[in-house]
Amino acid sequence: MFAYYIKLATKSMRRNPMMTGLMIAAVAVGIGLSMTTLSVYYMMNSDPIPAKSDKLFAITMDSWDPLRPFEENRPELAPHQVTHGDAERLLAIGYGKRQTAMFESSFIIEQDSEDAMPFEVSARVTDGDFFPMFNVPFIYGGGWDESTDKAAETVVVLTKALNEKLFGGVDSVGKELTMNGATFRVVGVIDRWEPTPRFYDPINGAFNEVNDLFVPFSLTRPLELNSIGSDWGWKAEETTTFEQWLNSEAVWIQYYTELESPGQRGAYEAHLNAYVEEQKTLGRFERPMNNRIYNVMEWMMDYHQIVADDTKVLLGLSFLFLMVCLLSTITLMLTKFVGKKSETSLRRALGASKKAIFKQQIVEVAVIGFSGGLLGLGLARFGLEGIEFLYEAPPGLVRLDWVVMVAAITLAIASSVAAGLYPAWRVCQVAPATQLKAQ
Amino acid sequence: MLEMTNIQKIFRTQVVETHALRELNLSVAEGEFAAVTGPSGSGKTTFLNIAGLLESFEHGTFTLDGVDVSNLDDDARSEIRNQKIGFIFQSFNLIPDLDLFENVDVPLRYRRLPASERKRRIEEALETVGLASRMKHLPAQLSGGQQQRVAIARALAGEPRLLLADEPTGNLDTKMAGQVMELLEQIHANGTTIVMVTHDASLAQRAERNIHLIDGRVSEHRLVLPEEAFSHAATL
Repeated sequence: MFAYYIKLATKSMRRNPMMTGLMIAAVAVGIGLSMTTLSVYYMMNSDPIPAKSDKLFAITMDSWDPLRPFEENRPELAPHQVTHGDAERLLAIGYGKRQTAMFESSFIIEQDSEDAMPFEVSARVTDGDFFPMFNVPFIYGGGWDESTDKAAETVVVLTKALNEKLFGGVDSVGKELTMNGATFRVVGVIDRWEPTPRFYDPINGAFNEVNDLFVPFSLTRPLELNSIGSDWGWKAEETTTFEQWLNSEAVWIQYYTELESPGQRGAYEAHLNAYVEEQKTLGRFERPMNNRIYNVMEWMMDYHQIVADDTKVLLGLSFLFLMVCLLSTITLMLTKFVGKKSETSLRRALGASKKAIFKQQIVEVAVIGFSGGLLGLGLARFGLEGIEFLYEAPPGLVRLDWVVMVAAITLAIASSVAAGLYPAWRVCQVAPATQLKAQ
Repeated sequence: MLEMTNIQKIFRTQVVETHALRELNLSVAEGEFAAVTGPSGSGKTTFLNIAGLLESFEHGTFTLDGVDVSNLDDDARSEIRNQKIGFIFQSFNLIPDLDLFENVDVPLRYRRLPASERKRRIEEALETVGLASRMKHLPAQLSGGQQQRVAIARALAGEPRLLLADEPTGNLDTKMAGQVMELLEQIHANGTTIVMVTHDASLAQRAERNIHLIDGRVSEHRLVLPEEAFSHAATL
């Protein structure tokens, strides 16, 4: 009977194309808007590295001003970055499966050809552990190992796009590159990798693009690499020389660790506390002990709150709008179904039970919902492109993935069926005898 | 086949009560062709609607094909309508955007018959009414008489025990009315019980028995003699 009801639904929809079009449009606009906001919300909330997000931790230690918290309105938070000195010492201790310290910098790339102008690229200064920690995929070569970090070798990993620009996309491993006057050897080229949100650095933009290249953290000191990212200081101290800057209490290094299992979290926090206790004996960390580590989702949602309140409000408003669209659909359905009274009374006379009539109407509204859902997905795609254009986001940042598409169709059908319950019930109450004689 | 005892039906509005049927006692035997006549407002159509389980009633008992149907729920009434009763209406009541095949298919769909069985019955029914070659036509492409024949085919396809016809020739000219009556007589000759409501005395004469209603009651039963039926058939 389901196939029969589908056939009747399509005939009924063709019978009054204007009204059918209005109903589908009402559902589509509601679904389109709600799916646009839901996609943005879903993108912001999604786990960018589900395989190990509960084993990767961002480290915070409260080395801030003893007289005031890092954030006045959220005093429980320690600074989101650590000092260079703390990063170096924690790396030297090496507690945990893997660890990496990092910051954003920039390089000027000089090219061999006299015609080619030097150009600036963004860089992530980090440790070799960065690549296996964050599951970075490679098309050529790989990252660097611990010995390279310790020896502060001038090696570089390129993004696919930069490798395309510099070497025409061929395997460039082993080739050399002149940056900031130093010669770097290419050890790897990463494949397309666009974790969204950029969980490993929400501080410098959770939705920014991946840096153009990666160089060892241990080069910071010898090459005097400056940060172009976020840096915060509280202490009036002399930072005229680079060494003074590195030894200052300014926080500008992001520090992450990977543990063997989430259960090791307590042990790692104890390790941090022990480290800070030791530093306190040296006159540092004057604030009360406040060392916290955050797994990936906690880091994005709890600490950085990258899903802004206005996004939640917008999501709520869009679903309210969907409700308004559905109310319009109910009115249209009532009008349409009233027009079907004579056919309904005939079907009742010929043996259709109220349940059968009800099912027939529900299938029809489900078909309308399905059609509205498909059209709504098209509108949502258009809306997401508009959002990317408005916010100058990288193309494809916010996508309609399968989860959202299935959710859209399901929501469209479910909400249309919900909207159709009352009109369907009303049409079932038609007295067949009266309608048959009235024709 | 059909036995009504002390049936009472009252239509109520906020200001008035109308007694459509008053203690109606009526029976139709299996295989009989009965015509129900009477002036407007006498309760003919109300009787037919109750007989077809399309309307409920206040008092009395109604037995259809040996089953007391007085207090059945909607599902049971729908099933009996679908399984045992065929309807023919004055205004044909075909669904305009379904072709003839699909229109005849409507009651069979609710019987959940296999597709091959439905196809066989539909083709046979349309063959019986002489419209097998036009089964893909829409109702609007047919004359009134042809539409009524489709409605008859729809009723026949269900192989009903009881055929209820409400003014089946009311919207037809004399020639087409004659063709429709011949079809009904043919169906009756095959053993189907027919109850036909009509205000046309000449048509009523072609039934085996006339039941005359006045003010919701049976005022007269009269058997139609064969020679009377023959003479009326000849005039149509």
